[in-house]
Amino acid sequence: MKRRAHKERRGRRTRSLLGCSSCLGCWERGPSPHGMVVKAFFPTCCASADSGLLVGRWVPEQSSAVVLAVVHFPFIPIQVKELLAQVHQAGRVGLAVLGTWCHRRQEAEERLGPFLEGLGAIFSHEPWLQLCRERTSGLWSCKATRQQGPTRPGVKDQVMLVFYDQRQVLLSQLHPPAALPDRQAGDATASAEGLAAVFDTVARSEALFRSDCFDEGPVRLSHWQSEGVEASILAELAKRASGPVCLLLACLLSLISAARTCRVFKLRPLSFIWSKLSVCGQLGHRLEQLALVFSTQKAESPAQLMRKANVLVSVLLDVALGLALLSWLHGKDRIGQLAEALVPVADHVAEALQHLLQWLMGAPAGLKMNRALDQVLGRFFLYHLHLWISYVHLLSPFIEHILWHVGLSACLGLTVALSTLSDIIALLTFHIYCFYVYGARLYCLKICGLSSLWRLFRGKKWNVLRQRVDSCSYDLDQLFIGTLLFTVLLFLLPTTALYYLVFTLLRLLVVAVQGLIHLLVDLVNSLPLYSLGLRLCRPYRLAAGVKFRVLEHEAGRPLRLLMQINPLPYGRVVHAYRLPSCGCHPTHSWGSLCRKLFFGELIYPWRQRGDKQD
Amino acid sequence: MEDEQSFSDICGGRLALQRRYYSPSCREFCLSCPRLSLRSLTAVTCTVWLAAYGLFTLCENSMILSAAIFITLLGLLGYLHFVKIDQETLLIIDSLGIQMTSSYASGKESTTFIEMGKVKDVVINEAIYMKVIYYLCILLKDPVEPHGISQVVPVFQSTKPRLDCLIEVYRSCQEILAHQKAASASP
Repeated sequence: MKRRAHKERRGRRTRSLLGCSSCLGCWERGPSPHGMVVKAFFPTCCASADSGLLVGRWVPEQSSAVVLAVVHFPFIPIQVKELLAQVHQAGRVGLAVLGTWCHRRQEAEERLGPFLEGLGAIFSHEPWLQLCRERTSGLWSCKATRQQGPTRPGVKDQVMLVFYDQRQVLLSQLHPPAALPDRQAGDATASAEGLAAVFDTVARSEALFRSDCFDEGPVRLSHWQSEGVEASILAELAKRASGPVCLLLACLLSLISAARTCRVFKLRPLSFIWSKLSVCGQLGHRLEQLALVFSTQKAESPAQLMRKANVLVSVLLDVALGLALLSWLHGKDRIGQLAEALVPVADHVAEALQHLLQWLMGAPAGLKMNRALDQVLGRFFLYHLHLWISYVHLLSPFIEHILWHVGLSACLGLTVALSTLSDIIALLTFHIYCFYVYGARLYCLKICGLSSLWRLFRGKKWNVLRQRVDSCSYDLDQLFIGTLLFTVLLFLLPTTALYYLVFTLLRLLVVAVQGLIHLLVDLVNSLPLYSLGLRLCRPYRLAAGVKFRVLEHEAGRPLRLLMQINPLPYGRVVHAYRLPSCGCHPTHSWGSLCRKLFFGELIYPWRQRGDKQD
Repeated sequence: MEDEQSFSDICGGRLALQRRYYSPSCREFCLSCPRLSLRSLTAVTCTVWLAAYGLFTLCENSMILSAAIFITLLGLLGYLHFVKIDQETLLIIDSLGIQMTSSYASGKESTTFIEMGKVKDVVINEAIYMKVIYYLCILLKDPVEPHGISQVVPVFQSTKPRLDCLIEVYRSCQEILAHQKAASASP
């Protein structure tokens, strides 16, 4: 009891100490008679500038003043107003003179005070800011006065100083957490909500930052360029050279695309091969991307510019990795070693398959198979395997040359090399694909027959018109034959099902290997490397928001905050800027895949969108 | 004005609440968790290394020992950088917004700032887990519906203080929010 009372008394005492210099005491009694809180966003580069006028934008909805620059003495008011009108026209942002800035040595420079107050009459603005900083002690003081207002004339508002780094805010791009659907890009006037208004204002006032206090113009300004004008010779040269280079490359690329769409490639065999090989899809995708990068149109929005940059960096990295792979392949006669190893590997795989078929023709895993059907299927597949092996042996002298020429395609990029590898795997395991198709068709036929004969067994029929199962009265001989066929098919089912299972597993294995390669290709294609590099080296460019830090606070002085940029997390960078990939993602879910496998329908996991179904 | 008080979290551990009143419109609350204890660190390291040594005597492969050291180091670094939160701070600035900062043991800080225009209210919610726990959360306005709530953002999720600590923070936040509402109501 006593302890609680003691704490309360202590709390009240500390509060009363602050009451005289801050508004805590009177504020608790009701609404503040001191007016609203005015937020002044002040650039850190102007904190050391000489005395002058504050120029910027007043945002009445948030009662915040965004200071952009300081105009130094001497100046002619007409010229200042002209400059502000110019910037208004260029950036469509309404700037005004917000107040005065006084950077004085001691309290002794009193003659500046009335002079500054007189300026309030020339450039009238509601509220009129008066910021002051002492050179030696670095202490700040702020005043914001209103002439007409809802409360009393001449009332003082509280000022909160928020420092911001002008260069970082100018260059950064805000990424709001959820894009509003009704927000349009490129509004006629600068209107943005909350702190985005500050970013917007600084971005639109680029015309103001062109001349600074060291120039010989009529008005001398201090802003972020006063710390050293930003320019780079290499960047300027690259900008000049990019025009003709883009034009040349755009012509070249249009020639290649025109050649691609010529009539020869639309003929049946070529277009069929074209659609089946994934390397052609990858090449087409890269061609589109390069056409986008080297198009002579300027990027309309920052997102488009980022996309162009990402595509360029991705292509460059791809080509670099491809060249590295090429140099590794062609050194130390690795192609020869690969070609020599290829035919024995194919032989080994064929032998393994033969053993597998022999095992299936016997009693696999102790299951008893139907001897005749087993032998027929086994012999059929064995003969097919024998044909395949003969073809591979026929091709073996040419393999090294083929591999050498195909390996040259790696200079177009690592993705092209990987796609070629995937196609080579598909071609080499073509026999497994054929076996899978035979097994699947046989199994599908059996399942269809079984299901319809099962319906007959129960006295029902499938009504194609009504798309449903109806009852039906069969004749005796129909029922007899139907039941007989049903039993035959049922007892032959285990054999067919086993062959189907084995070949489906092999096919799924090959598909899994191909899938991994495609995943890698997709990764290289769609990773936004430029954005990730930007996030690593210049984190302020991609902003998720802002963060505030309270600077040293003394009683009686205004509250000072430092506004810093909160960079976007890496996951969101990848999500926001990922490049569209080839589009060869599997369109089935796991459930539909299982259903297709059960009913023996063929699965094509790499079917492109828009292809006709087989 | 700075003030430090000691509270406890829902599991019984000790927490320290530091309150800083910079101005009538700006307040900061800082909750500090107990640091990583040497005892638990030693226990985990000894367990992992004993298990690795046991595997080594079975397999006679020295890679297991180096792998165990590697895993322990990586695990410790990952824990300090991604999991262990030392301090959680709530900074509320009238007419600007509310900022929540979590400082990890490795020095990393992750900050979220919510603008005052989006904040509807700060409330203490009840959650029924294995027991009843209270947590402070910020309600955000729905841009489409004026009286709706679009999101509930919980505060002090890792430190999880008890109700007495939350009431202190809640009272201070409500003072500032009341001022903000009065200012926004009058033109």
